[in-house]
Amino acid sequence: MKKALRNVYLYIMLLFLYAPILVLMVYSFNASKSRGQWGGFTLEWYRRLFMDSNIQSALYYTVLVAILATIISTIVGTISSIGIFLYGNRVQKLMLNVNYIPVINPDIVTGVSMMILFAFMSMRQGFATMLIAHITFCIPYVILSVLPKLRQMDVNLIEAAMDLGARPMQIITKVVLAEIKPGIVTGLLFAFTLSIDDFVISFFTTGSGVSNLSIYVYSMAKRGISPEINALSTLMILTVTLLLFVINKRNNKKTKITGERI
Amino acid sequence: MKKVIGIMCAVLLLAVGLTGCGQSDAQKLYVYNWGTYIDNTVLADFEKENNCKVVYENYASNEEMYYKLKSGNANYDVVFPSDYMIEKMIKENMLLPLDKQNIPNLKNIDPKLLNIPFDPGNQYSVPYFWGTLGILYNTEKVTETVDSWSILWNEAYAKKILMYDSQRDSIGIALALLGYSINSTNTDELNKAYELLVQQKPLVLAYVNDQVIDMMIGNEADLAVVYSGDAVYCMSENDKLAYAVPKEGSNQWFDNVAIPFTSKNKELAEKFIDFMCRDDISLKNTMEVGYTSANQNALKEASKEPAYDNIAYNPTDDILARCTAYQDIGQFIASYADIWTKVKAAQ
Repeated sequence: MKKALRNVYLYIMLLFLYAPILVLMVYSFNASKSRGQWGGFTLEWYRRLFMDSNIQSALYYTVLVAILATIISTIVGTISSIGIFLYGNRVQKLMLNVNYIPVINPDIVTGVSMMILFAFMSMRQGFATMLIAHITFCIPYVILSVLPKLRQMDVNLIEAAMDLGARPMQIITKVVLAEIKPGIVTGLLFAFTLSIDDFVISFFTTGSGVSNLSIYVYSMAKRGISPEINALSTLMILTVTLLLFVINKRNNKKTKITGERI
Repeated sequence: MKKVIGIMCAVLLLAVGLTGCGQSDAQKLYVYNWGTYIDNTVLADFEKENNCKVVYENYASNEEMYYKLKSGNANYDVVFPSDYMIEKMIKENMLLPLDKQNIPNLKNIDPKLLNIPFDPGNQYSVPYFWGTLGILYNTEKVTETVDSWSILWNEAYAKKILMYDSQRDSIGIALALLGYSINSTNTDELNKAYELLVQQKPLVLAYVNDQVIDMMIGNEADLAVVYSGDAVYCMSENDKLAYAVPKEGSNQWFDNVAIPFTSKNKELAEKFIDFMCRDDISLKNTMEVGYTSANQNALKEASKEPAYDNIAYNPTDDILARCTAYQDIGQFIASYADIWTKVKAAQ
């Protein structure tokens, strides 16, 4: 009885989480443009999606900015965390607080202030400004996920490595980075999801024909969102699901070989 | 670890490389338009004919476009503001005057759409799409004749009425029903409109935006305030729907093409406007978007389609005679915003 209840609860929860996605996927095959009515099965929206240069360019910029912003902010954030970690207690605290402000700041404030800054510097809004903005709001999250790992690290490891004759560069790559790798990966994933999701900050910092998917979808608000977006979302969801599946499969294999979790 | 860094560098280089190329010497035209408000294939046609590159970007509201231009670091060559926004932008010197000699296809534009008070003599703008504001209703549920805004206050349709979540449109309807101008800047009149809207609130199912399209097609409501262009589409999807423009008068709206002060290539921008006024291009756009073309030849051609052969797509002169365009009401817009917030917050 108790088990049955628990299962029911679980399934209801899953239903709430996945029902919207399922509906979206089903409607990507709807022959009618309207969500109010089912007009039969069609692959028309997928065909249109592959012909629509606007959506393609939006997708291109979304992914490109996400990848670049993730890589750059991960590198910058990791180096900064090591720097912050090596400071004394007081400076470390100050730096952390400075780092917190952009995280707590509402997106719209960050977006508007960035826009004003770019205007002040008379930088033309476009790809570069959007990328800079994305890197800026990703860095604090990277620092927040890397710094705890640094704190968990045994500082004696560094001295031990020096004792054993490691060069400074080797200490960084072979000892420090190896120890904080899980934190870096978390920060990297964090930055990627934040960047690919972002609407508000991108909205204020882009221009010159560069727009990401969220801005493109928003601009359809006047006349209703085209089912092409459903088709695109379906493809994105399938890609992510496939990726997760492959990663899990690989992890399982590794676990079996080494006999421990990674 | 080295491998990871190696991969990162490779991706970085690749990405930078990709953004770097693709830049050719061809002229670029920056076009800023409403979302899904054009047949995308015409952009490629224009690029081919003029050996240039069109950089195309979308917005969702006039205000959004206005602030992007105002921020000072945009570089758009062509924008598509609505009537009252044209007036505001002219007042603020944000539009460049058009050289009509470069726009011979202006002759295709219906003369009754030219020389409207928001831009006398069309010195700055050319109409693109236009239409009216009216009531879309379900003929199965609403059997009486729909010819007055007062039907939106009829308790028989309680919780079956959809209103636009738009201050100008909703307050405008209340003003029209009271017999006042939809551009009223009289505080007394506005207060009366406010009371009327509060009185209507219990009957309203929801204040919506583009959801109105799906809700009406899905028979979720009986009556809705819609723009004529959306009505055309709704009626083509659900044949129980009909459109009417109330006798008290309504709004006639215009979305126009104009060249903002940020343009660095006015000559090409004028070529683009001329191109958009061409008969074949106008027809393509109106067929794709479903809104009424300002090009009279395209309108005539499109009206041959059954879905476009109605008063929503092609309003009679009678209807137009009782419609007026919105005017820029300047600072007074704050009072409208205030009233609208209060209506939506009312219990």
